[in-house]
Amino acid sequence: MVAFLRYLINGISLGSVYAIIALGYSMVYGIAKMLNFAHGDIIMVGAYIVFCVMVYLSMPPFLAVLAAIVVCTLLGIAIERLAYKPLRQSASLAVLITAIGVSYFLQNAAMLIWGSNPKVFSSVFNVGNLRMLNGELVISSEALLTIAANIIIMIGLTQFTSRTKMGKAMRAVSEDKGAAELMGINVNRTISLTFAIGSALAAIAGALLCSTTNPNLVPTTGSMPGIKAFTAAVFGGIGSIPGAFIGGLLLGVIEIMAKAYISTELSDAIVFAVLIIVLLFKPAGLLGKPVREKV
Amino acid sequence: MRKMKRTTVDAIISYGIVTIAFIIAQSMINNGAMTRALKGQMIPICVYIVMAVSLNLVVGISGELSLGHAGFMSIGAFTGAIVSTWLLGAMNVQNTTVRLITALVSGGILAGAAGALIGIPVLRLRGDYLAIVTLAFGEIIRSILNCLYFSLDNGQLYVSFNSPDIPGKLIVSGPAGTKAIKTISTFPAGFVLILIALFVVLNLINSRSGRAIMASRDNRIAAEAMGVNVTKYKMMAFVTSAFLAGMAGALYGLNFSTFTAAKFKFDTSILVLVFVVLGGIGNIWGSVIAATLLTVLPELLRAFSDYRMLVYAIVLILVMLATNNPTIRSLIVRMKNSVQQKDGIHQAQGGTER
Repeated sequence: MVAFLRYLINGISLGSVYAIIALGYSMVYGIAKMLNFAHGDIIMVGAYIVFCVMVYLSMPPFLAVLAAIVVCTLLGIAIERLAYKPLRQSASLAVLITAIGVSYFLQNAAMLIWGSNPKVFSSVFNVGNLRMLNGELVISSEALLTIAANIIIMIGLTQFTSRTKMGKAMRAVSEDKGAAELMGINVNRTISLTFAIGSALAAIAGALLCSTTNPNLVPTTGSMPGIKAFTAAVFGGIGSIPGAFIGGLLLGVIEIMAKAYISTELSDAIVFAVLIIVLLFKPAGLLGKPVREKV
Repeated sequence: MRKMKRTTVDAIISYGIVTIAFIIAQSMINNGAMTRALKGQMIPICVYIVMAVSLNLVVGISGELSLGHAGFMSIGAFTGAIVSTWLLGAMNVQNTTVRLITALVSGGILAGAAGALIGIPVLRLRGDYLAIVTLAFGEIIRSILNCLYFSLDNGQLYVSFNSPDIPGKLIVSGPAGTKAIKTISTFPAGFVLILIALFVVLNLINSRSGRAIMASRDNRIAAEAMGVNVTKYKMMAFVTSAFLAGMAGALYGLNFSTFTAAKFKFDTSILVLVFVVLGGIGNIWGSVIAATLLTVLPELLRAFSDYRMLVYAIVLILVMLATNNPTIRSLIVRMKNSVQQKDGIHQAQGGTER
């Protein structure tokens, strides 16, 4: 029972990281209708920035994460301007391949700058562990931070998109670009803002990912969590903020449970199998709106 | 003499060009005019051409984005390695050509069967959801192959899941991949495989079924209203594509004495997709050329040494930006039109653009 609780908390913590990444994926997909495959690599860049600021400049972790957020936000905006904006009217596959090109570029640039040897990432938030049930259940402070960060981000984003002017503009653009433009919304700026928010979230996710489950930082660190988070976004219904949240959490819990009770090697296969089963019964994801076809 | 159909003439020209390219490459190998690194790339080039042509059948002709093509390749590769070793060890077939052909065909059949199995749930979905499910299947295939162990003992083939305790000599040992497989792939075999793939795909496209596949791509509802069984034809394209990818995978696997399931990651599926998109979606010739150039490109970029993958990424982005630039696009269309007008062919404009 204690073991089960421990796995559950680990799962929720991993799932929270997925959820934060998935939120970025989902928002960008919702507004630009593109699969941003470079998103996972922005996580990696964020983690490297945190590492550098903490180790080389010996700054406190809080400042390191802040620096990573700033760098990743600027990086996200720059990528959108240089690589994606010229392709806004093109076929979605062309944008997809460009995103893959950006992903290769970021990975190889990181390889040149930081080398292929893993950098040992020290936790950004370690204030000891929380002990419960007579010290049998140990919860790390990083896990608690990750879960808290996820909840705060999720609430913040829902408030942002439903209350603020910019957030409403984002929803309008994702619904109908042409109509939004006629209503006086600056579509280009709104899309840039979405990329900025997504990339800032990726930086936070990078710091949390490397503090909790993945302490060895290499240039390909971001790719698998990126794919999993993309899966989580689709799982919950892509384009929906609560969907990404639920999808991420479920995926994390399923992955950890499969690792603990079935097989470590097969955990990825089980995660993807669950995704396929869900999509067969709910083709638009758990919280996605089914699209009616009109003739 | 009866006049041949235009598509037949085009197809014959295609086979001719591939044959000429093969003869040139083969004579360069014989004369020693090719560097060793480039010579080693010859079979992978053939493999990637077949992979790109087969993926183009799904992405371009059938219009479904598949992100798990490497999964079929890996099924073919492992089947090919096991079958050829079994033929040598249990059946004592010494003739490498027979072994290679059997391995390729069985790799293709198994991958095709997997394609049929996966196609049933996948083809019910649309758009990006279909893409993510193919990605998921690719990863599932890789994870399962990572846990499989095969061994050969006195002509008996043993299989086990997640445990290496089976009698005899291991052929496939889980995450460590295949062991000491005889490398029997040859460049001429790759050439023949390209011809087969082109023959199958070009004939399918220009057949009644091919037109049905393209009609379902262009407008699913209209095609259904015309009585086209959309699922059946999409399935036909998907399974054919998986079959060809399996054959390519078998050729690829038998080119290495050892390889692991990790070789057929998501990245490999993406690599092939890049060939298809850069070559032009739905353009079979484009796939052939893009697969060749992009497989050779990292080799040619060797002068940049450490920077070559970075340069590769930049080239990829710039090519995508350039080919989708409206100014350059209209320039190309204008050039095409002027050439066609000289030939006296007045074709309706924009008919082939998607």
